[in-house]
Amino acid sequence: MSTKELVARTGNEAMAEAMRQINPDVVAAYPITPATEIVQLFSSFVADGLVDTEFVTVESEHSAMSACVGASAAGARVMTGTSSQGLILMAEILYIAAGVRCPIILAEVNRALSSPINIHCDHSDTMSVRDSGWIQIFSENSQEAYDNMIQAVRIGEHMDVRLPVMVTTDGFIISHGLEAISMLEDKEVQDFIGPYKAAYSLLDVGKPITVGALDFTDFYFEHRRQTAQAMENGKKVILEVGREFGEKFGRSYGFFEGYKLEDAEIALVMLGSTAGTARVAVDKLREAGVKCGLLKLRVFRPFPAVELAEALKHLKAIAVMDRSDSLSTAGGPLFTEVRSALYDLPSRPAMVNYIYGLGGRDITVADLEGIYQELQRISGGGQIQKTLQYLGVRE
Amino acid sequence: MATLKELAAREDLLTGGHRACAGCAAPIIVRQVLLAAEHPVVVGSATGCLEVTTTLFPYTAWKVPFIHNAFENSAATISGVEAAYTSLKKQGKYDKEVRFIAFGGDGGTYDIGLQSLSGAMERGHQMLYICYDNHAYMNTGIQRSSATPLGAHTTTSPAGKVIPGKKQYRKDLTAIMVAHNIPYVAQTSVSHWRDLTAKVQKALDTPGPSFINIISPCRLGWGFRPEDTIELAREAVETCFWPLYEVENGVYKLTYKPREKKPVVEWLKKQTRFRHLFKPGNEELLAKVQEHVDAQWENLLKKSGAE
Repeated sequence: MSTKELVARTGNEAMAEAMRQINPDVVAAYPITPATEIVQLFSSFVADGLVDTEFVTVESEHSAMSACVGASAAGARVMTGTSSQGLILMAEILYIAAGVRCPIILAEVNRALSSPINIHCDHSDTMSVRDSGWIQIFSENSQEAYDNMIQAVRIGEHMDVRLPVMVTTDGFIISHGLEAISMLEDKEVQDFIGPYKAAYSLLDVGKPITVGALDFTDFYFEHRRQTAQAMENGKKVILEVGREFGEKFGRSYGFFEGYKLEDAEIALVMLGSTAGTARVAVDKLREAGVKCGLLKLRVFRPFPAVELAEALKHLKAIAVMDRSDSLSTAGGPLFTEVRSALYDLPSRPAMVNYIYGLGGRDITVADLEGIYQELQRISGGGQIQKTLQYLGVRE
Repeated sequence: MATLKELAAREDLLTGGHRACAGCAAPIIVRQVLLAAEHPVVVGSATGCLEVTTTLFPYTAWKVPFIHNAFENSAATISGVEAAYTSLKKQGKYDKEVRFIAFGGDGGTYDIGLQSLSGAMERGHQMLYICYDNHAYMNTGIQRSSATPLGAHTTTSPAGKVIPGKKQYRKDLTAIMVAHNIPYVAQTSVSHWRDLTAKVQKALDTPGPSFINIISPCRLGWGFRPEDTIELAREAVETCFWPLYEVENGVYKLTYKPREKKPVVEWLKKQTRFRHLFKPGNEELLAKVQEHVDAQWENLLKKSGAE
């Protein structure tokens, strides 16, 4: 285990530093708030000769992902970064990147989607591409963002997976918040990720391949099934890589992290930076004798349904916190998936859903304490008045 | 430049047995382009006729590395392949000399892929973009594009009782590419193999980005017999509807001047998409088509100093 001095880095700086240490062959990217800084910093690494990367300064996010697919199919290790409108402009090609099995790494800074236009954090952008075939890893802080970027390379490039990976931070809250993080040595990163050897390359001109062929009814389904299998294989690889990272560097990672969850009777389930706020609420309530806990989900795709059910089965009541709204009127994306994961339990916890923090709306310790109090009431036999509620909004 | 005999002896890098229509110009263009290349190539194609007819899984007609990504991003995709090549070469991880060619139809080039093309050209990648311009969205069933000529009937610019086909002139994409100040831009035709071969070779030898626009007669969309493809391409050149020229570092050069400029109706009347123009009442429109061709031709003569 290496002990490192702590350095001050914002989420964007942490991600850019991870990219520098990964030293990808190609980066194709386009600026967008609040992710701009990542590619801006990275371009200075290119200008200063700190990386070997060919930096493709494209004219849109659509072309960014298109160039990434071309470069990845040509056998290069490829990365990019974006946010919000940029991510959904890429959406068409995100699906293709997964379909042609390009292990591209994307630094995604979660931001609300238009309209109305808003530059602040919520998870609408990442959630809108949740079925694109990308592995999705959320980060609570700069340290996790940094660690996740490095692990993403190993996960995506694993022969049993070969899928693109997006690592997300929360816009401004993490991306622009300065935190103390522990960075690895350049060599440690290189040794951990190893060199990239693509299974197939367009540049292998002596052995020509066709990438992106047309499937009709006789093959499309088989290829989609293979992608689903790759996602399934990803579960094992994510755990292996998270464990190995822990053994080498002292910070282990799994699908999720529980906080005072084991003996809890009520809990919140959430993604990203709000977990830090929730810990404070849990500690305060624990002092007052409330048996409350927290589950912070790290990996949203593949969705660890069985493992979540196991971790949550002993609870009496759960509130799932969604920082995006599917507008289905039946709950946010995290809620519907967590509730579905728990369906097969012989005895299910009561579950409610809160949509919160859209467009960067602040969420406080007091807000979360209020939700725990509501869960106490429900676990004590009180009726669920409304399954879906919007937290902190004027109605 | 290779002789016809030498070219004929080279291996065809796009095999037969693909699913293109009999008489489709696109595979003929691709074969001629690939025959002309002196280095190994990596090819990309936009979604469209060329892509769907040559890559029907589990088959492929391509004997060179090939990538199809989506409709509007053939240029960006190949720019990524070229970036990977540049990076790996710079790092000493790759040592071959390779050329990069992106293909797109007029829909994927003049319309939906214009931004991607413009960006790739501006960035200066070592790549050749070739548009096979068949004047409409043929793969989806003949819908008008910004490359469809004035008066042409398509399924979205039908010759109706009130409106006689497409109401607008074609976009001059070749001029737009010239305005990018890239080192090499050209227009050519499969009917003139020597012109096409020379231009492809010149483009591939040019450091930086290059663009070639190639007219691609479509028997279904234009309405002619499959055996007349090359004739239709030739007549487009002879009537000066599709002049053959190149612009090298900003200098225009006419590469072929018809001995006698034929009236454009000679070309129009061989295609059912223009049939309605020959009905009484459309004389003015027919005249407009000729006027436009004349003006464009005069303009080109001036620019190339070939008056």
